[in-house]
Amino acid sequence: MIEIKNLTKVFTSNGNKIVALDDVSLTIKKGEIYGIIGLSGAGKSTLIRCINMLEKPDQGQIFIGGKEITALSGRQLRKERSKIGMIFQHFNLLSSRTVAGNVAFPLEIAGTPKAQIKERVNELLYLVGLADKANMYPAQLSGGQKQRVGIARALANNPEVLLCDEATSALDPQTTKSILALLQDINKRLGLTIVLITHEMEVVKEICDSVAVIDNGKIVENGPLVNVFAHPRTEAARRFIKGVIQIDLPEEVKEYHLRQVDDSKSAVIARLSFIGTSAGEPVVSSLVRHFDVDANILAGNIDHLKDVPFGTLVVELRAKNGGLDKALKYLAERGIEIEVFNDEPTSA
Amino acid sequence: MSQLQPNRSKAALNRFLPGLVGIAALSVLYWAGMNLELPGFLGKLTSPMLWRLLLQSTKETLWMVGVSVTLAVIGGLPLGVLLVTTTPGNVTESPLVYKVLTTVVNIGRSIPFIILLVAIIPFTRLVVGTSIGTTAAIVPLTVAAIPFVARIVESALKDVDKGVVEAAQAMGASPWQIIIKVLLPEALPTLVLGVTITAVNLIGYSAMAGAVGGGGLGDLAIRYGYQRFRGDVMLMTVVVLVLLVEVVQSLGDWAAETLNKK
Repeated sequence: MIEIKNLTKVFTSNGNKIVALDDVSLTIKKGEIYGIIGLSGAGKSTLIRCINMLEKPDQGQIFIGGKEITALSGRQLRKERSKIGMIFQHFNLLSSRTVAGNVAFPLEIAGTPKAQIKERVNELLYLVGLADKANMYPAQLSGGQKQRVGIARALANNPEVLLCDEATSALDPQTTKSILALLQDINKRLGLTIVLITHEMEVVKEICDSVAVIDNGKIVENGPLVNVFAHPRTEAARRFIKGVIQIDLPEEVKEYHLRQVDDSKSAVIARLSFIGTSAGEPVVSSLVRHFDVDANILAGNIDHLKDVPFGTLVVELRAKNGGLDKALKYLAERGIEIEVFNDEPTSA
Repeated sequence: MSQLQPNRSKAALNRFLPGLVGIAALSVLYWAGMNLELPGFLGKLTSPMLWRLLLQSTKETLWMVGVSVTLAVIGGLPLGVLLVTTTPGNVTESPLVYKVLTTVVNIGRSIPFIILLVAIIPFTRLVVGTSIGTTAAIVPLTVAAIPFVARIVESALKDVDKGVVEAAQAMGASPWQIIIKVLLPEALPTLVLGVTITAVNLIGYSAMAGAVGGGGLGDLAIRYGYQRFRGDVMLMTVVVLVLLVEVVQSLGDWAAETLNKK
């Protein structure tokens, strides 16, 4: 659906060159929710603004539905833009127009006949659950309601792509959840391709099918959500994931247990990650039964990545006579990710 | 609603009280200065002659200011819009046009009104066929107000949230649609306040219109009040001007408040 090829954008401020995007290539499939995550200043905002050419890239191409958007300008570009919805962190609603007026705006721009506008606006307000607020002004609405207006407005011209520029960053956690649920709902119901950028891993974890991690203007990692979460290859990705899902032991606890483990042949402290169906299996108990291993569970957590369950356990395993190696092999065969702490130098 | 009524009249009283106190103070000073008996003083202030002069001059002022404000908005609005949209990064970016416009506006604003009034006499004659009289005074008033309005429009439009403009661009709006459907409606309350400021300024400027026989309240104050030592005329002219400015400003504030949905 969206194909980004070798995109580069350099900003010059006070004679300093800042590379916002450095040879970025991405493919976003039709109907998926694609998350782009990065710290502020990583270039994610520039990237999403390039997709509808609010920002003109210096090099590279962007294709949307086979059409090269980077080759367009003027009237043609405006026509294509009307088919790309966008919502914003600060909503960007017209304060002088009512809720209905705001939703009607893109339809007026596109030259839709008046009678049709009215009908479509009602339909959209119903879709986002604001049918009773049609005649209110944005100033009278809460943040979540404003974003719903933003979404209704973005969907007015039946776009195939919806761009979300930090759409939930100004909202409280509960409102964020309801907005994400709405996005997921329209994604399913309308088959809309959604690209969202965020610095909140929670958001990505909640609704994204695929994710790209952007750091210093480069895509350092990308792929299906579960893959990136389960096998983060870069420090940047690990940092994000750690925050929401990979539980860690407090330093003192970790050190205490590591001190107990003097011989890595007979004892390890390890983090086990279970993805999908393996999260539901009684792996630890069968491990104990089969291999004469003592397992001490130090910490545990179960969560979900979109619809896939994702469990984590930190365990101390003890065994004699090489039983440990076999036990770890057994775990690996079950598709469980193992990260052994013994060899890791502790920060303290 | 009935409960609101007393509050509203109280608010109106608060609004006009300073002006009324000022007028009362002026009257007392004048009365003391003229050393007149109260009946004589009141007699002077109620003379039909004085009221005829005041009525005539007020009409002239309203005509001059009303027409020139209207024309200045018609001329200044597009200029102000261009001053915003031609800046770098804006919808009809053009550094050259901006440079030319801003220079012209600055020159226009730096000429003292009394000089402008005389300097453009040939132009005035070309436009209205005469260089003296009330209608002739409208031309220089308008010419002086256009750059002023342009700057006021510029600052009002610059206050419009950039994000909203960007959202409109993202929806495929053309520069023209952004100006008509985003910039102007969003800035409307500020624009109304700006027009109010222009009107009040022009009431002041119109006092100089006497120099070309334009008439009006200012002219009346100079010719009768100042040159013929008629304190009573001076006093009443000031009273009418104070009331006029109060009314214009109140109307403008009320309109801006009503339009503001923020």
